[in-house]
Amino acid sequence: MSKRIDVSDLNVYYGDFRAVEDVNITIEAKSVTAFIGPSGCGKSTFLRTLNRMHEVIPGARVEGKVLLDGDNLYADGVDPVTVRSQIGMVFQRPNPFPTMSIRDNVLAGVKLNSRRMPKSDAEALVEKSLRGANLWNEVKDRLEKPGSGLSGGQQQRLCIARAIAVSPEVILMDEPCSALDPISTLAIEDLINELKDEYTVVIVTHNMQQAARVSDKTAFFNIAGTGKPGKLIEFAETATIFNNPSQKSTEDYVSGRFG
Amino acid sequence: MATLMTERKRSALTRGRLPRYTPYVIAAAAIVIAAALMSLIGFNVFGWAVLSAVLFAAGNVISAAVVEGRRKATDKFATSLVVGAFLIALLPLVSVIWTVLVNGVPGLLNPGFLSSSMNGVTGAVDNASVKDGTPVMGGVYHALVGSVLITLWATIISVPVGLLTAIYLVEYSADNKFSKVITFLVDVMTGIPSIVAGLFAAAFFAMILGPGTKTGFVAAVALSVLMIPVVVRSSEEMLKIVPNELREAAYALGVRKWRTIVKVVIPTAISGIASGVTLAIARVIGETAPLLVTAGFASSINMNVFAGWMSSLPTFIYTQIMTPTSPSNADPSTQRAWAAALLLIILVMLLNLGARLVASLFAPKTGR
Repeated sequence: MSKRIDVSDLNVYYGDFRAVEDVNITIEAKSVTAFIGPSGCGKSTFLRTLNRMHEVIPGARVEGKVLLDGDNLYADGVDPVTVRSQIGMVFQRPNPFPTMSIRDNVLAGVKLNSRRMPKSDAEALVEKSLRGANLWNEVKDRLEKPGSGLSGGQQQRLCIARAIAVSPEVILMDEPCSALDPISTLAIEDLINELKDEYTVVIVTHNMQQAARVSDKTAFFNIAGTGKPGKLIEFAETATIFNNPSQKSTEDYVSGRFG
Repeated sequence: MATLMTERKRSALTRGRLPRYTPYVIAAAAIVIAAALMSLIGFNVFGWAVLSAVLFAAGNVISAAVVEGRRKATDKFATSLVVGAFLIALLPLVSVIWTVLVNGVPGLLNPGFLSSSMNGVTGAVDNASVKDGTPVMGGVYHALVGSVLITLWATIISVPVGLLTAIYLVEYSADNKFSKVITFLVDVMTGIPSIVAGLFAAAFFAMILGPGTKTGFVAAVALSVLMIPVVVRSSEEMLKIVPNELREAAYALGVRKWRTIVKVVIPTAISGIASGVTLAIARVIGETAPLLVTAGFASSINMNVFAGWMSSLPTFIYTQIMTPTSPSNADPSTQRAWAAALLLIILVMLLNLGARLVASLFAPKTGR
């Protein structure tokens, strides 16, 4: 239950502004890939093109190909809704649905699509997803309480549970720990390590230690200057990026000598 | 060796501060001086109260300026201004409620006022009740029914139109030209005088159903012209403040846009939308002019909004005051009018309370 992603010659635009230029990258199934780079270099923008969330913003468009196990996400007639149900996403700020209980948040992907599900199956799915997100023991006695009453770290894990409850092939994470304390961050990093047994995980992070800890491969994005498009500078095994990068700018960035 | 410092009896930090009882002393002095001054120029309670208040404010500011310094004096001056403005704003409100209560309660408590109509209540009946000193006959039931039905139909028309317009503007339009035109027209509609809305509905139905068509439904259409812009505006604001993150969260789960709107965006905003709708109802339930030209007046109960003239509370008040049932003895009509006015205020107040109740019922739940 996981697929690989092949991106070729991808250009991402906001209106006339080219935000990301000519990205070619291959993301292996059942691996963790980290995107690092300075703010504004297009990591998050690129990540959002991988499940067609980019086009939600007015004026945003994409040129190029993104293949999910060989199927082009941007081919004519592809329904973005189908794409998104296969490629889940976890956002920077935890965003549980405020009108729903913890249980309903986990079942949101099922309930919002009005799919019928027997009660016992729903219970099993809630438990499986919450266990998968390492949250079950903390919330099993208060599944009826609103999701917004949880702590920030718990909310983020609830959002991960919500994402895995629809059994996607790929999970995209956009700086999932940037609003969290170190302990919650650790919990989520442990979780990412477990998730890669079943899913393809792509994570954007500003925290290089985090990239080094959780990822198998790392992609470094950079930007030549304000108003210029972001580019993929280097993509290699994480150990290579951090210890023996081939590009000067990568070395400067990972060693903190940037800018 | 460090010794513990004991607290000083008179703190150096409170030097140059007026003692706590100062305002009470100034208030007492102000009341006495005002009474003395008023007795010189002719005493009345209202002037006494105003003069006391002015003297109290002045005394407060001056004493602060002398003892506490400029900053405190400015503070007291500003506080006096704000409190004064508040009291002035409150005056008409209290006065209106008081007048309506005093004049309306006797009529409202009259047995049968809420349960009978004006059917068969003629000038002779009123003359008799004045002459014999018996309770005033006739009631407001038909007008209450009319008001409720007309407003209900206006709501049934306005809420879907208004809410769907707001959804289009916020969720689908992406600020295109068309949406700017709609927004402009909604703003124009907000400013339409209510009598114009009434004339529009009357003329419209005269065109399609023949001249002189006056029914509750025509009135409901007139009211919905007034109500739709209010509903659009309030729902639009409420939908706008739903965080985009929630929409994106739903999209990322593979939920379609319209399902996201119906199941995530609207439930999140429903408390605000519901209270906006209730306030819009409260705004139109007191309209008089459009009802006069669209529903006419009736003295008997009419439960059918699609046929026949219909009375409503505002038009009931208007006709009772302008054309008393008994021209020679207007008092029973005046009493009925005040009672109906009180009933209308109570109705609007209940609607406002209802709006708060609805808002808190639908509000996103908190708690751990």
